[in-house]
Amino acid sequence: MEYALAFLLLAAVVALVVVLPFLRTGSAEAEEDARRAELDAAKEAKYREIRDAELDYRMGKLSQEDWRAVDRELRSEAIEILRRLDRLP
Amino acid sequence: MDPARKRRLRLIVALGAAAALASVLVYTSFSASTEASKPSQVRPGHAYELTGKVVNGSVSHAGDELRFRIRDRDGHRSVPVRYAGAVPDPFREGREVIVSGELRNGTFIAERDSLVTKCPSKFTKEKRRS
Amino acid sequence: MAGIGSACLAVGLFTALYAAGASIYGAHRGRRAWVTSGRRAIYCLAGLMVAGTAILQAAFLRSDFSYALVAEGSSTDTPGFYKVTAMWATQDGSLLLWALLLSLFSAAVLFLTRRSLREIAPYATAVLGVVAAFFLVLMVGWENPFDTLAAPPMEGNGLNPLLRHPAMMIHPPLLYTGYVGFSIPFAFAVGALVTRRTGADWIRATRRFALVAWTFLGTGIMLGALWSYTELGWGGYWAWDPVENASLMPWLAGTAFLHSIMVQEKRGMLRIWNVSLVCGTFVLALIGTFLVRSGILDSIHAFGASTIGTQFLVFIGLVVAFSVALILARLPDLRSRAKLDSLLSREAFFLLNNLVLVGLCLVIMWGTFFPLISEALTGDKASVGPPWFERLTVPLAIVLVLLSGIGPVLAWRRVTLRGLRRVLVAPLALTLLALLALLGLTDASQSPPSLVMFCLVAFVLAAVGQEFWRGASARRTVTGEPWPRALVRLAGRNRRRYGGYLVHAGIAVLFLGVAASSAFHDQRDVRLAPGESFRTGDYTVTYRKPTARLGGDSAGTGAPISLGAVLDVKKGDQRFTLHPARNYYPTQDPSKGVVSRYFEGEANSEVDVRWGLKRDFWLAVRPDLASLDRPIREADRRFPGASNDVQAVVIAALTERYRSHPPPAAFRAIVSPLVLWIWIGGAIAVLGALIAVWPAPEARLRRVRSLYAARLGRELSRA
Repeated sequence: MEYALAFLLLAAVVALVVVLPFLRTGSAEAEEDARRAELDAAKEAKYREIRDAELDYRMGKLSQEDWRAVDRELRSEAIEILRRLDRLP
Repeated sequence: MDPARKRRLRLIVALGAAAALASVLVYTSFSASTEASKPSQVRPGHAYELTGKVVNGSVSHAGDELRFRIRDRDGHRSVPVRYAGAVPDPFREGREVIVSGELRNGTFIAERDSLVTKCPSKFTKEKRRS
Repeated sequence: MAGIGSACLAVGLFTALYAAGASIYGAHRGRRAWVTSGRRAIYCLAGLMVAGTAILQAAFLRSDFSYALVAEGSSTDTPGFYKVTAMWATQDGSLLLWALLLSLFSAAVLFLTRRSLREIAPYATAVLGVVAAFFLVLMVGWENPFDTLAAPPMEGNGLNPLLRHPAMMIHPPLLYTGYVGFSIPFAFAVGALVTRRTGADWIRATRRFALVAWTFLGTGIMLGALWSYTELGWGGYWAWDPVENASLMPWLAGTAFLHSIMVQEKRGMLRIWNVSLVCGTFVLALIGTFLVRSGILDSIHAFGASTIGTQFLVFIGLVVAFSVALILARLPDLRSRAKLDSLLSREAFFLLNNLVLVGLCLVIMWGTFFPLISEALTGDKASVGPPWFERLTVPLAIVLVLLSGIGPVLAWRRVTLRGLRRVLVAPLALTLLALLALLGLTDASQSPPSLVMFCLVAFVLAAVGQEFWRGASARRTVTGEPWPRALVRLAGRNRRRYGGYLVHAGIAVLFLGVAASSAFHDQRDVRLAPGESFRTGDYTVTYRKPTARLGGDSAGTGAPISLGAVLDVKKGDQRFTLHPARNYYPTQDPSKGVVSRYFEGEANSEVDVRWGLKRDFWLAVRPDLASLDRPIREADRRFPGASNDVQAVVIAALTERYRSHPPPAAFRAIVSPLVLWIWIGGAIAVLGALIAVWPAPEARLRRVRSLYAARLGRELSRA
């Protein structure tokens, strides 16, 4: 008896929580936010790579030509990400 | 050497190393393993890992040595065991144990420190991690 | 209340299934509302599991023996801490713990990715929902932790005394957090495969969860080893037991995974390897959970048949089949464009390290499942012991430590030979110095593998130290900061890298301890009467006198009887005293006499260890109860059905007799060099992992600010 009552009550609570999204509207904006968040994460990762490469060069692991080549490539990839970010409304 | 050939060479080396490891694995495991056996099946002249229950009332100490009889989990044939070394804390009559050694003149002479006692299922069904 | 708990499980099962279905439907049809609904269902699941666990814990704390689980694993005289932790000493309780941790982790990851990974997250939700549903089905259908007893007993069985040790009770939640943690990257990998977005997005989102899981699993393994060393009467920390191996295998696979995802993030390579590895790690985590409950392997922890072994096996089989099929179906999307440029690069060494780690994992898997393999091939069930494991894992471990020293000094893509020479000179020189010191000042040459390991440890520590030094000095040329601040800023701005280096250093120290303590330990088993002494190494140990304690043991496990010894140890000028003991817990077995049941129940060793940075002195005692046999039997005969007070008096008399007329007792003394460094090294590794996982607040602030800036832009343009 206790079990049945608890079951129904808990099921009702869960049902309420999961039905709410259908009653609200959303989101071209949410879509956009998501895309922006993803691009931001990619941008941060790319910046970290650029900094890492510079640190490697300063520590003497990479020769100057190697570093210049890697840096150029990474920066162009970063610019591409910035361009895509700018294209978002 | 052009890159493609270099890569293929690396792949061959890697596969070769893997094959070597695998053969070492198989060879050493089959030659170094001890066969598991029940007290009713053990034969002299070969190392076995014996699994069975400690017979009630058979446990005795003789100096440093522990002596007991071990029987099949669901049987009555038992074998006397002489064991020296660490005795695990859960060791008790009626408990299931694993011990390695060899049968000599009707007595199972156990390898030192090879006695393992299974955790009793009375208190905890399992859930013992080490 | 037990009914409410059961209802939580049942509703949880439906919620988990709904989450899976809604997420897949929403993702398939592009209807966001369904996806959000599925995500919220996972939040609800977490709430339900928390509620259920709270109800069960409350029952334990008030010793409500109408719950079958409480009656089985607890008693009124179990100390409070062990009442709380007794929940996961049982099968049902640990399934609930799994479900709880899984739902909490899932809720966390879905909350953190609610605005990103819009294509992948729904499928990840579905996977997590299905896995949760599996554990809930096991509980609802077979092993319900909320089962009640029609006739509650007056007293519970009590927690097995061998488990009454703090490390042993924290150990399962740590392991489970590790196992559960690996399900998150697995779920997102499946999502990435299904949606064909096999780039690094799923890795970036779940990297921290994988690292957290790895850390918890590693800590759990180490605590288990610590428990084994300090509690079990044989003084070892690792026995290559199937259950121990079952926790080590996912950890090794997880270590490989943490490295190989870096390669994919940086170069886009190893995509097939990564998805396969994460599926393998998750399967190994399931096997780790399942092995203890299956009874398929003979081990100290295996118990004949189990009620849920088959179900686990079926589920694992399904996961394997599903993963393989999915990976094969998406093979074209997984081919990477970049190729390995040079063997002298970090990518190459990470790949090498992966191969060694996976090789180690396969070796251990072969050895652990060998009884089944040999039975299938030859008909005889044969097993391999620790010597075989050591013979195969030691060379691989040596290679691994070597790689862990070279990896940090390399750079991505390519290192020139000249650059390599420059970075290796100092560490190699220090290694050579270490080798000469070891050969000249110690007898390490007696064990060549240990000597090699010691040198490699020196190499790793030197390489890592050099990385910190060079990095800080590179900073200083630009900023002119003082050394301490440069080091802190360096590590702070490059947490992943320098945290990882610290982990390498910690693991190297751990291997130092393992090599030294296993190759150079000294063990003696003796029988001594009071007053006698023996020598081991440079130590002289004298058995001063026996001890007998009633009503409480020094470790606080609630043992009524504790018999032990006081021993004086002397080495040169050094003097210390050890107090090992043996605790006896009564049995509820009605066939035992009223007095003898106090001596015939469980007993466990209270080992005394003198910890030291250079070496440990470990001592255990096994009192000889044979001399008390006759008095105990006589007491049984004379006082049947005695009250508790009379029993106490009789026991006191018996233990007093032991103390005044002690028979010789059996002692085991082990001197292990550098054992403490195993756990110090582990702690360093955990610290490194914490640094690596710590989120950079600046990055998050920037992200949040940019979202607000975007919103501002939108609202302004609308106005």
